[in-house]
Amino acid sequence: MSHRKGKPVLSEGKKAERRLGLWLCAPAFIVMIAVTGYPIVYSIWLSLQRYDLRFPAQQEFIGFANYGAVLTSSYWWTAFGTTMFLTVVSVAIEFVLGMALALIMHRTLVGRGLVRTVALIPYGIVTVVAAFSWYFAWTPDTGYLANSLASGGAPLTEQWPSLFIIILAEVWKTTPFMALLLMAGLALVPEDLLKAAAMDGASAWQRFTKVMLPVMKPAILVALLFRTLDAFRIFDNIYVLTNGAQDTGSVSMMTYDNLVKGLNLGIGSTMAVLIFITVAIIAFLFIKVFGTAAPGTDDGGKR
Amino acid sequence: MAIGGAVTTGRKVRWGLVDILVVAFALIPVLWIISLSFKTKDTLNDGSFWPQEWTLKNYADIFQTSEFLRALVNSIGIAVISTVIAVVLGTMAAYAIARLEFPGKQLLVGLSLLIAMFPQVSLVTPLFNIERNLGLFDTWAGLILPYITFALPLSIYTLSAFFREIPWELEKAAKMDGATPAQAFRKVIAPLAAPGVFTTAILVFIFCWNDFLFAISLTSTTASRTVPAALSFFTGSSQFEDPTGQVSAAAVVITIPIIIFVLFFQRRIVAGLTSGAVKG
Repeated sequence: MSHRKGKPVLSEGKKAERRLGLWLCAPAFIVMIAVTGYPIVYSIWLSLQRYDLRFPAQQEFIGFANYGAVLTSSYWWTAFGTTMFLTVVSVAIEFVLGMALALIMHRTLVGRGLVRTVALIPYGIVTVVAAFSWYFAWTPDTGYLANSLASGGAPLTEQWPSLFIIILAEVWKTTPFMALLLMAGLALVPEDLLKAAAMDGASAWQRFTKVMLPVMKPAILVALLFRTLDAFRIFDNIYVLTNGAQDTGSVSMMTYDNLVKGLNLGIGSTMAVLIFITVAIIAFLFIKVFGTAAPGTDDGGKR
Repeated sequence: MAIGGAVTTGRKVRWGLVDILVVAFALIPVLWIISLSFKTKDTLNDGSFWPQEWTLKNYADIFQTSEFLRALVNSIGIAVISTVIAVVLGTMAAYAIARLEFPGKQLLVGLSLLIAMFPQVSLVTPLFNIERNLGLFDTWAGLILPYITFALPLSIYTLSAFFREIPWELEKAAKMDGATPAQAFRKVIAPLAAPGVFTTAILVFIFCWNDFLFAISLTSTTASRTVPAALSFFTGSSQFEDPTGQVSAAAVVITIPIIIFVLFFQRRIVAGLTSGAVKG
């Protein structure tokens, strides 16, 4: 990019550069379009049909009837509400814990390497493995948590305790990721600015809210956006912990159930499209309302 | 924080306590699943955190079932192939994005961003049907394709952030000193780019190794089922046995590669995640 600006550009060279750029990007572009573009269009098409693999003869075009069926179903709205609840609560907790962890990793006086290494472990652990760990921990008799905290109950068979265990599992797994993104933002805060604020008598809390948070705002919003979209697709944890029982299923689980267990492609596609639309709305709100700069859109400007 | 204050022993102790809290929070679930995997059948349900009697039987059991071994082979094969392809394609695209001017660059960056935010479950339904029609359902290729697709944005962002930091002027300097373009690339640029490529490969591998949704939706037999999916269907070596110990042992086995990566490449993983996500 800007590295080349100083050089007088020959039109032959310019053309060669364009050609090389296109050739280098073509394979990645083709794979991404082939595996997402066509299926999205196909999914929209499927969502307008009655298409149940158990009754393939009944396949026909039915317009928006599937959307009517899903949007008037109380199961869908329960799953939607559950997903929203899990997303908002877990991202909020992750943000607070992630910020604390980022500050610890950034500032600690002892064992910084150790803390950073160990804090990465939850990020790397397979979600299903972590989910099994929490599942066994809360299983009566087997688990240390079930025996010591739940006093004889089976928390994973009740709705609210299950939801909080799902949140616990989600928060444990993804807080390090949030913390790392926030730590990158912390690195952007100029040390001099903090020192100057301290000289002027700002307390630690004031330095945090008046100096650090504003400087970190872009990093914070990107972290929140990515974690929100990620949390909205929650699947693995719920699948292992409750399998969606007692109204703890997410929209992703419901789509999976309709597809793989129900073999109902029409309804499954309708849900897939609705989830896609919801995610698009969330991303749009973040970018427009909160002014998140989409990563990559201001190429080079931030360097 | 160390603003305007001396580093006293008191502060060190306080930070030490905070650190211990963080380490405990991060490690307890991991230690617990390790502990379960070493418990004997009789002590499995005693509810204690540490095994009262230690045994390796759970590990012996899972390695005797073809189900687990097959899933392990699938996981390794699928994750390695996806990682290699995604990193090669990602490197090419990221180099072009960081270094070249060409039309459609913004389109590619925007498309990657879109895919990074895409709800994966929205692709499961159409892919399920398309792959059944193409004969890709329940094959390695059937999982590798979506893995590459979702790993590409990750590798393009991470690598283009790395590539922007490379002082490309060195290449020109080497050429002035008489090196051929190939030599300049091999001796100057490749050694600078290699750590970034390697870091990206680790991140992509972790992503593929971790996937569950595609693994249980696009497979139906042991032919291509990966370990995370196999775990959720695991019933133990016989149907009448409680599989808790064996599930734990299998869980520990698939955790080992990740722990090794984290222990050895902690700094690079941090650099990769932060540069890709924020500076992207």
